[in-house]
Amino acid sequence: MSDQILSTTPKAAHTRRLPQVNPVYFILAALIVAIILNNPAFAEPAGYMNFLKRAAPLAILAAGQLYVIVSGGFDLSVGSLITLVVVGSSMLLNNDPNATWWVIPVMFGIGLAVGLINGLVVCYLKVPSLIATLGMMITLNGFAFMWSGGAPRGYLPDSFRYFGRVNIMDVPLIRMLPVALIVLITVGFVLNWLMHRTNLGRMIHAIGDNPRAAQLAGVPVNRVRIIAFVVSSLSAVVTGILLGGFAGVSTDVGTGYELQAITAAVLGGAQLLGGRGSVPAAIAGALTLTAIFTLLNFLSLPQPVRQVVQGLILIVAVALAMYRRKRTGQ
Amino acid sequence: MISTPAIEMRGIGKRFPGVAALNDVSLVCHAGEVHALVGENGAGKSTLIKVLSGVYQPDDGEIVVDGSAARFRHPVDALHAGISVIYQEFSLLPERTVAQNIFLGRELARNGMLRQAAMRAETRRVLDMFGAGKRIDPDALVVDLDVASQQMVEIAKAIALNAKVLVMDEPTAALNEAECRKLFETVDALRAHGTAVIYITHRMREVTRLANRVTVLKDGEIAARFETVPQPAAIVRAMVGRDIADFYAPFAQPDELGATILAVRGGGNAALRDINFELRAGEILGFAGIQGAGRVALGMAIFGALPFETGAMTLAGESVRFMHPRQAIRAGIGLLPGDRKGEGLALMQSVRDNGMLTSRALGSLAASHKRNRFADLGRMDALLDRMEVKAASYEQEIRLLSGGNQQKAILARWLSLEPRVLIFVEPTRGIDVNAKARIYHLMRDLARAGAGIIMISSDLPEVIGAADRILVMREGAIVAEHGRGASETAIMLDATGEKEAAA
Repeated sequence: MSDQILSTTPKAAHTRRLPQVNPVYFILAALIVAIILNNPAFAEPAGYMNFLKRAAPLAILAAGQLYVIVSGGFDLSVGSLITLVVVGSSMLLNNDPNATWWVIPVMFGIGLAVGLINGLVVCYLKVPSLIATLGMMITLNGFAFMWSGGAPRGYLPDSFRYFGRVNIMDVPLIRMLPVALIVLITVGFVLNWLMHRTNLGRMIHAIGDNPRAAQLAGVPVNRVRIIAFVVSSLSAVVTGILLGGFAGVSTDVGTGYELQAITAAVLGGAQLLGGRGSVPAAIAGALTLTAIFTLLNFLSLPQPVRQVVQGLILIVAVALAMYRRKRTGQ
Repeated sequence: MISTPAIEMRGIGKRFPGVAALNDVSLVCHAGEVHALVGENGAGKSTLIKVLSGVYQPDDGEIVVDGSAARFRHPVDALHAGISVIYQEFSLLPERTVAQNIFLGRELARNGMLRQAAMRAETRRVLDMFGAGKRIDPDALVVDLDVASQQMVEIAKAIALNAKVLVMDEPTAALNEAECRKLFETVDALRAHGTAVIYITHRMREVTRLANRVTVLKDGEIAARFETVPQPAAIVRAMVGRDIADFYAPFAQPDELGATILAVRGGGNAALRDINFELRAGEILGFAGIQGAGRVALGMAIFGALPFETGAMTLAGESVRFMHPRQAIRAGIGLLPGDRKGEGLALMQSVRDNGMLTSRALGSLAASHKRNRFADLGRMDALLDRMEVKAASYEQEIRLLSGGNQQKAILARWLSLEPRVLIFVEPTRGIDVNAKARIYHLMRDLARAGAGIIMISSDLPEVIGAADRILVMREGAIVAEHGRGASETAIMLDATGEKEAAA
């Protein structure tokens, strides 16, 4: 009870303020310095712009995933949705560059449907989001295989790959500007605004914090939760379109992305089980994760090491978040 | 009682960075007496107890046990010296039996085999010592016991450890009327048995009923010490530094009562049957009854959270039917939940966000969170200021505030909507005296402004003190109506049914 005395002391207030500068930004800065020391070329536009281009898909995915995490859930279906977008696009496009204009809206339609189904299943059938989206992940993977007959066809036309691959050259000051970065900045702005500047964003926080209290305060809990899943799915579609641009067509293009996105969001300080999170910090988390992988690449460590590191990062990030939370109060 | 005190704290001082939590606090408790330690939230009661139980080390002063100075570096030291604290959160393992809990960590064994029968017998002996033996079976699982019985197990656990001094930290916080009575009897038995009991509370009724002596803490210092129990008003004055006369707001004058604003006819659902009542504008209507009598269910039914299945409801003359809280809120009904943590607060969000939640929920999704039809950040701040919500900043997470300030912030949620009917469920549970008075007066202010107020509370004196009219519920139905100034006894008779009351 009288612990409340403690919380109003100047000292306590001070220590509570400290973590408000999100540590992810320091970590990211340190990693970038480390990369530059390893490879001075990284400081050139070609170096960091390619880095940003490579990080953009994950950053967008993490920002979308954050919506579901803050609302108190998980979205594991985004990885296979990415695969479905890439494989499905190649099937629908069928090497016809003029089909891009309608294929992309179709993909967003699929994303919308997936998000709606995820949300409806969680809200009305009361299936925990971890299980519901795990089921969706397996289902979508199956669809991707069926659609492509197990052997995805060739490649995507340049008109489709434009977003993920092309760099706009001869830009003053920075020389080159990847289209993927423009997409990231645009999506980042929209998602940041929606999460941190609107009624919707505040309500996503509230339902992740205490769904019962939110409901009794008049929050349309189901509607808000469904929207969170839709945002996550739509961000996966964007990610899929970008990845199709530089990764090519295969049935495992999205594999593992769901966990990378969750890791990135948690690195950015998002509270697992909901109630707290920041879009810019989740994007910084995705850049951090990509920077770590880049560094591991420079050290010529093999792919399995990458997985080990990613697993450890997820555990350490969550443990640190829990520790921070404990230290600053209940 | 001239003998050496069982426990004495002399000139205890405890400083935390930037604040003196305790300053020169002395407290004496003899065997066979109940010493009430009262004070508002944040007065230093819990800090004092943590010093006594070895959780904190005092900066000044000393603790004397049975005439010799003691130093507790760890709670286990205090336990060995015979000092047990029963906190509000119990330390029992729910899926274990009573006997297993009491012997947890010090099970009796012979040749590596547990001596079940011996532990059971000892458990029974300890329970009998304060008359709980009949009520509690040593083989019952703790999870199956009611809260009061769990508390008795906790007490038995302390006694089995030979506790000479028992500290109880707001033991009635989670208990209903009947359970409180059981607890009081237990405390009486402990006193008779020769245990020194330090009883922390801020309910005057409990002080009057139980205490031999009273010490009042305020801002970490002794504000008053009474060798006999004085009038409650004297204690409250010492606690808050002001008179109790204006504790409750005045009742409504006849000309302040307006037309019927809410009426329920034959309302019923799984928890309620044949509910009929009318609420007038400007009126505070109290609902009394024991736990589970259906008062909260009724509030939730009106609010659309547990809708009526039968009957009809009119709001300001119009027939309404709410299947969801949003519909009720849109129509002008608000509800302040009783379980603040579970149903009211979004703990990680800021004070402001908690206050704005409902007005935002009624706004369009993509609209700015800064302003809506009912409130904007500036007006919300003004509202919080007016209610004297104490926070370092309104951007602070609400979990860092005291219960009373949290309650005021949730109230701000509704005030910004200017509801026609506001339902208060246990509005003052676990909040300090000043905040209580503030909430009673806010309720009256709202009523004067033309709202109808429904007040559901287990704190009978507060219902009598604050409500213009009292409806008593029992087993899901309204069984009696009382005017202002009804006696507690009369209401309890109706609430329990005459048969039980006679027993």
